[in-house]
Amino acid sequence: MIDKTTNQRAWFLVLPVVVLVAFNALIPLMTVVNYSVQETFGNNVFFFEGVRWFEQILHSERFHASLLRQLTFTGIILLIEVPLGVAIALTMPKKGPWVSVCLVLMALPLLIPWNVVGAMWNIFALPDIGLLGQMINGMGFDYNFTQQPLAAWFTTILMDVWHWTSLVVLLAYAGLSSIPDAYYQAARIDGASAWSVFRYIQLPKMKRVLTIAILLRFMDSFMIYTEPFVLTGGGPGNTTTFLSIDLVKIALGQFDLGPAAAMSLIYFLIILVLSWIFYTLMMRNEEQ
Amino acid sequence: MAKITLDQVRHSYLDHPASPDDWALKQLDMVWDDGGAYALLGPSGCGKTTLLNVISGLLRPSEGRVLFNDRDVTDIPSDRRDIAQVFQFPVVYDTMSVFDNLAFPLRNRGVPEEQVKSRVHEIAGMLDLEAVLGNRASGLTADGKQKISLGRGLVRADVNVIMFDEPLTVIDPHLKWQLRSKLKELHQEVGVTMIYVTHDQTEALTFADRVVVMHDGTVVQIGTPVELFDKPRHTFVGHFIGSPGMNLLPCEVIEGAPSFLGHRVETAEAVAVPTGARQLEIGVRPEFIHFAAKGLPVDIVRVDDVGRYRIVRVNHKSHTIKLVVPENVPIPDGKGHLVFDRARTHVYADGWIIT
Repeated sequence: MIDKTTNQRAWFLVLPVVVLVAFNALIPLMTVVNYSVQETFGNNVFFFEGVRWFEQILHSERFHASLLRQLTFTGIILLIEVPLGVAIALTMPKKGPWVSVCLVLMALPLLIPWNVVGAMWNIFALPDIGLLGQMINGMGFDYNFTQQPLAAWFTTILMDVWHWTSLVVLLAYAGLSSIPDAYYQAARIDGASAWSVFRYIQLPKMKRVLTIAILLRFMDSFMIYTEPFVLTGGGPGNTTTFLSIDLVKIALGQFDLGPAAAMSLIYFLIILVLSWIFYTLMMRNEEQ
Repeated sequence: MAKITLDQVRHSYLDHPASPDDWALKQLDMVWDDGGAYALLGPSGCGKTTLLNVISGLLRPSEGRVLFNDRDVTDIPSDRRDIAQVFQFPVVYDTMSVFDNLAFPLRNRGVPEEQVKSRVHEIAGMLDLEAVLGNRASGLTADGKQKISLGRGLVRADVNVIMFDEPLTVIDPHLKWQLRSKLKELHQEVGVTMIYVTHDQTEALTFADRVVVMHDGTVVQIGTPVELFDKPRHTFVGHFIGSPGMNLLPCEVIEGAPSFLGHRVETAEAVAVPTGARQLEIGVRPEFIHFAAKGLPVDIVRVDDVGRYRIVRVNHKSHTIKLVVPENVPIPDGKGHLVFDRARTHVYADGWIIT
């Protein structure tokens, strides 16, 4: 028999993680909470304001407008990127030398820094000198993303699809390649159609990775800042001012720390709640 | 239902096979009779699964033709060959119920729903799946899932052949026995050709009327279990089937008679050594060697009692010979003499029996 001694010393081993998490998450978060209930006029002088900033943000039309833009944007890119990503993954080769070529090509957009993506697309889409802008105008459309809200949205969405569809492709591809050959062979012998194979084998086997893909794309796109900021600066007017761009304008443009902090917390809670709802909905069948 | 003919079938997974080792299947010419219960037996990597996939159409053989009755089906895809195949690891459609899983092959072929229903219930009854028909397939144990796979293989009444690729690997031993008897029963009931792939000789010998032994991409022998035991056509069959396997002793031909280190051995067949044979061997199973007053002198090395009989290991010079001695037969002390059953002692040239 082994003598088991009971003591609490193991907690010391957890200490480094606790300290790390405290410094990179808890303390900044609490600072924000602190700001959100106070007013300041500089000189580090603070006055307690209670929930006033929260009420103000929740009733602000500006916040509602940004939130609506954000939800629309995220909805559109999810509707495009997820089916497109799955479709691309399905057409990718399963073995042979082309697998690595495809994977590298797919990974390339993911490796480009976000501000570079914004700058690239900005120049690419400029109506007078950009390749894309010139082409669209050459085809007879009047296109100028710096002045037309619709063109700005089109360009922003196209940029995001270009940048992030690869992520869905890679995850879906990983899901697909984990399906044993026997499944396809059995389906062939059972006389299953291509649609049945997708519906009853590929989709169920991709479910977990697709859940991850949708969650990641949801959270990331909901927090999108750099790319639209560099591409359109939130314009023309406020038409592409998403939540995070608006937040930065309030916090650093107007230096309204209290309202900005309150908005951050609301923003954070929205992402948390929506992610939770997504996850629960998608995992609901799993438990039955 | 159909007779299946393999006509000069060869297959390689490489585009340009060069050496003989590049072929997963080396030249097969054989006929599977309609309604037979076959076991395809061989070690891992001998080409069993490749052969199965060639018959089912999952693989197109590099060379040769596959005929169902007299129709060439070499280029006909699996779903139009009317065959069923059960794989080693369970394949279930996770999001479907057990019922829908079993009904899937029927529904894909437009079988009327009433017929689907009665057929699924029949198969489910046979495999003890009736209680879980309404459950989602993903919730079942590995046993249950493999039963679904088996069920999907058995559910169609109009198949030419049902093939099982080591289907009981993931099944509990006691259930294994039960399912195998079920399959055998089913075979007698419906009389459809069944091919059962396995590397387990007990499984093969209990299931099949005829056993096809494969080794290194070729079929080395097709025969009843008794034929495989009494007269292995290849030394591989000799040591793969039987436990312990066949004794193989070096052989020379002296004055026209086979001899083992100068000791003359009587064999079943008159020896006509093919010219160019590099290696001659005498093969005799442990069951067909006995102690006698005179014969081949040996030293007894070890006796293992395995219950109903004993396995005795003896040495003649540097060669070890194993023999099986029944419970009530005495074993001499230390030294003894052996005789071989003449009718079951064979001579092999480069692995193949000389007849």
